[in-house]
Amino acid sequence: MAPTGAGKTLAGFLPSLVALSQRGPQKKAAGLHTLYVSPLKALAVDIARNLDAPIAEMALPVRVETRTGDTPAHKRTRQISRPPDILLTTPEQLALLIAHREAAEFFSGLRCVVLDELHALVTSKRGDLLSLALARLHRLSPGLAAIGLSATVREPDELRKYLVPQGPLPAHPTAGTPFRLHEDTANTATGPSAGPLSRAGDEQGEGRALSERGSTAPRGDDVPDPEPSRPSRQSSPAREGWQVGPPMADLVTVAGGAKADLRMLDLGRALPISGHTAWHSMPAIYDLIREHRTTLVFVNTRLQAEYTFQELWRLNEDALPIAIHHGSLDAQQRRRVEAAMAAGQLRAIVCTATLDLGIDWGDVDLVVNVGAPKGASRIMQRIGRANHRMDEPSKAYLVPGNRFEMLECQAALDAVEEAAQDTPDARQGALDVLAQHVLGMACADAFDPLDLYDEIVSAAPYAGLTWETFEQVVDYVATGGYALRAYERFAKILRGPDGLWRVRDARTAQAYRMNVGTIVEAARVKVRLGRTLRGKPGTVLPKSGRVLGEIEDEFAETLTVGDTFLFAGETLRFEGLAEDECLVTRAPAGTDPAIPSYAGAKFPLSTFLAERVRALIADPFAWDRLPKQIGEYLLQQRRRSVLPGERDLLVETFPRGKRYYLTAFPFEGRLAHQTLGMLLTRRLERDGLRPLGFAANDYGIAIWTTRDVSERAALDPDFIGDLFAVDMLGDDLEAWLDESAMMKRTFRQCAVIAGLIERHHPGQKKSGRQVTISTDLIYDVLRKHQPDHLLLRAARQDAATGLLDVRRLGMMLERIQGRIIHRSLDRVSPLSVSVMLEIGRERVYGEGADEILAEAEAELLQEALS
Amino acid sequence: MAAGLRLEKTHKHPTLLLAGETLVLDLCGGLWLPEHRTLIVSDLHLEKGSSYAARSGQFLPPYDTRETLACLHEAVVRHDPARVVALGDSFHDARGPERMEPGDRAMVAALQAGRDWVWIAGNHDAAVNEGVGGRYAEALTIGSLVLRHEPSPETMPGEIAGHLHPCGKVAMRGRAIRRRCFVTDGTRLVMPAFGAYAGGLNVRDKAIESLFQNGFTAHLLGDGRVFAIGRAQLARD
Repeated sequence: MAPTGAGKTLAGFLPSLVALSQRGPQKKAAGLHTLYVSPLKALAVDIARNLDAPIAEMALPVRVETRTGDTPAHKRTRQISRPPDILLTTPEQLALLIAHREAAEFFSGLRCVVLDELHALVTSKRGDLLSLALARLHRLSPGLAAIGLSATVREPDELRKYLVPQGPLPAHPTAGTPFRLHEDTANTATGPSAGPLSRAGDEQGEGRALSERGSTAPRGDDVPDPEPSRPSRQSSPAREGWQVGPPMADLVTVAGGAKADLRMLDLGRALPISGHTAWHSMPAIYDLIREHRTTLVFVNTRLQAEYTFQELWRLNEDALPIAIHHGSLDAQQRRRVEAAMAAGQLRAIVCTATLDLGIDWGDVDLVVNVGAPKGASRIMQRIGRANHRMDEPSKAYLVPGNRFEMLECQAALDAVEEAAQDTPDARQGALDVLAQHVLGMACADAFDPLDLYDEIVSAAPYAGLTWETFEQVVDYVATGGYALRAYERFAKILRGPDGLWRVRDARTAQAYRMNVGTIVEAARVKVRLGRTLRGKPGTVLPKSGRVLGEIEDEFAETLTVGDTFLFAGETLRFEGLAEDECLVTRAPAGTDPAIPSYAGAKFPLSTFLAERVRALIADPFAWDRLPKQIGEYLLQQRRRSVLPGERDLLVETFPRGKRYYLTAFPFEGRLAHQTLGMLLTRRLERDGLRPLGFAANDYGIAIWTTRDVSERAALDPDFIGDLFAVDMLGDDLEAWLDESAMMKRTFRQCAVIAGLIERHHPGQKKSGRQVTISTDLIYDVLRKHQPDHLLLRAARQDAATGLLDVRRLGMMLERIQGRIIHRSLDRVSPLSVSVMLEIGRERVYGEGADEILAEAEAELLQEALS
Repeated sequence: MAAGLRLEKTHKHPTLLLAGETLVLDLCGGLWLPEHRTLIVSDLHLEKGSSYAARSGQFLPPYDTRETLACLHEAVVRHDPARVVALGDSFHDARGPERMEPGDRAMVAALQAGRDWVWIAGNHDAAVNEGVGGRYAEALTIGSLVLRHEPSPETMPGEIAGHLHPCGKVAMRGRAIRRRCFVTDGTRLVMPAFGAYAGGLNVRDKAIESLFQNGFTAHLLGDGRVFAIGRAQLARD
């Protein structure tokens, strides 16, 4: 574990290079020695380049190759028959490799696996997939050293567990057979290695300097497999024969590095109460760009990237080369920007999280983070992108977009000062990913379910998997896991008389290979610039212009002809959807985009930073550290209403216009607040207060009603407390989840990952808008007829932490019981203004489909009457 | 959500006239002819789920048939029709009937008991559906109405057809609502698909617009009632 810029990656390869250079003259073709896995294809390619130089300089007899989605088929085939010494790849490609028929042989001589940017991988389903692949590697190659490279994280122990088997592994039928040709495996892989966490003595020869070996040794080649006892399979995850604590890899920590030179950009003037664009700071940001060699301008959403890019160019009198980079842009355009950056041709690049990870982008000497930092660890990793060297301080500015973001920036500055981390908790392995993996393992070879179970629970994220759930997963893979046994005769995997499961046929294996991976992109459509016919205004020639990038299908769905929106640095006019493309023209100069946003990554405020923000607000003595205007704002709030204590929840009710408002400030992030808003609206509806809608931001929510909530609260002193009672998460949540669009989206992702819906079919050409059956329809039918189905369980597990953030909402409700401070006000308070300003900017979540349809219907009536 | 529960007073199942006949647009997606005590449902696509398993190894939940039949059962209980017409594509493919679960088969038989049951031929199930009761017809005339699966390309007064699975999309205030719908110009009518897994075609698609040269109204199946939406308010995909 080391701070960004410490040179982890090359350090990770050092033991392998030493070992490879010291091996004797090659008698036969050696097998794969070291495997490197990175979250980004580009990173793997980048590392290969960086490795080539020292290998060439020292004239080492080492062959390094990459294997990504772009690797041509003939090279892939050759890599299997004649493996390189070091292979650099991605988690998805690794999944494909271990599902290969030759996997056992291919990996039998593997000595070392290096997982780069592990902190970023383990927080997602890709990390689950990788953990399962790692478990298989440990089994195929006993004695394998797994090295994780990570930025500083809050709980290093979770990563240490991730790297080593969490239980004894059954011997693989082919591991340790005469396939092991390599002299260098003979002396090291045998016998249980002794002693917990001992590293000394291993440092020479076999590349164990960074070996992350657990206290429980993997069994070696010649040690017979002791008859495994299987009491644990009776559903208890507790495993027998363990010493205290789970096995963990060794930890090598590289301390500190130079302290970052981090500041908040203070313009000395009042910031708006709401909004995230930071428009007021653009001239200052432009000046910073001018004063530095190369600046990375990080923003939180694609919309913000588009906006910032446009504003900077508006100011760009010197015509500085400023570029934009985000995930929706055309891949070629992104590659061009990356190349220009690496060549030092750019002065600034406006980017989203797509540039968060550790590619060395040349000589960046300043990082500017526009908008809320959202998390302490996240901001530290971003800052580390500047001066990607440990001994020089990274220089960075935080640019708040509004007053609340100012508080958040201050909290982040404090956290960075203390080097406090807030990386997320370790994941519980997802069941949809497991289903994909089980099918892959059947493609590799016939599997014994008992052995496969032991292998899977040796992966840290799946250590708690019960045998029953595993059986359900296998059943799901075989026939869909339905109570109605309709698909037995179509089974994808079949259990033979020998008790082993095998894949049905080559077509099933091919379908698996075509659909591997856990990244489910929202369905997207290409954005193509069309040409208007001069003679015939309003006629747009399709397929005439170039592709600018892609937007989410869901966003395109909401556009009507004539709508304008920002994309690829321009204001575009929507002209219609043609086949699988969104046709646009350039809007006339000076047109303001009418459609405010399209979905980009929106990170919720981390729990840790939220706590710090609450503490800042609660402590007037801390306000000295804040820009003056924010202290005044908080003072005003105290005069007009009240400032909540650190653990309190402030609820305000007040009339405004013809409506009544309820605002609350849990500071738990937008996702949790949206869920809270849905649930509170239901309750208020039931209580007869007639809610009309609600809006949420990272800090609070506002609900508006046609009846007076203050009045009700005055009549019934328990009313507000009951409104926020924990039982909200019971039936109300269930009822809402069933029909929630976000739940359906979550389900769709699980269905795709688990292979219920195949993205690509063998023998079918790829197309963006394939006519496939809607997962919404499937969801509705499934939850009615088999509510406990594996995929619904998987979707619910995701909902707890994903789009709905139910777990965090639950923690908040626990925290505030008995600590709700309610104020009935005669008008809106300074704090409430901030969330009120979200109204109209956000979708009205409380609005049902029927209201919208009724409105459209009314327009027809109007027409008929006029 | 807020006002959704207060709309019942308007027409949950609106009525309209076509070629002089009274039609009730049932919220379930069926059409009720009270004067003829006839219930029409179109494009049931029974056993669509299992067809995916048979063809492509995608194991969709095999509950679509019983879900579709359960909705049909509700409509049958509501109207107690003397005759039920399934307007074609009743099964997703020709082998659908043989894949049907015994329980679902029994459900069909129970629905058919005591009433005339007509399977109109569709393009997915042109052949007679074996072993599922009822009688079979290419088309059917009821009063001044003509019932057939595929709409005729030329103007056909009094024609009721299915086949196209019409859906209407309303995009408003950053939201897009897409629902199945009846489409009519007062002369002819195209019914929505009834099957649980049946997809939809936007009414602004050429295939549907070309049938209604003089414009149309789409009757969208909302959560609580049927909504009449004019062509101008309907968005393309």
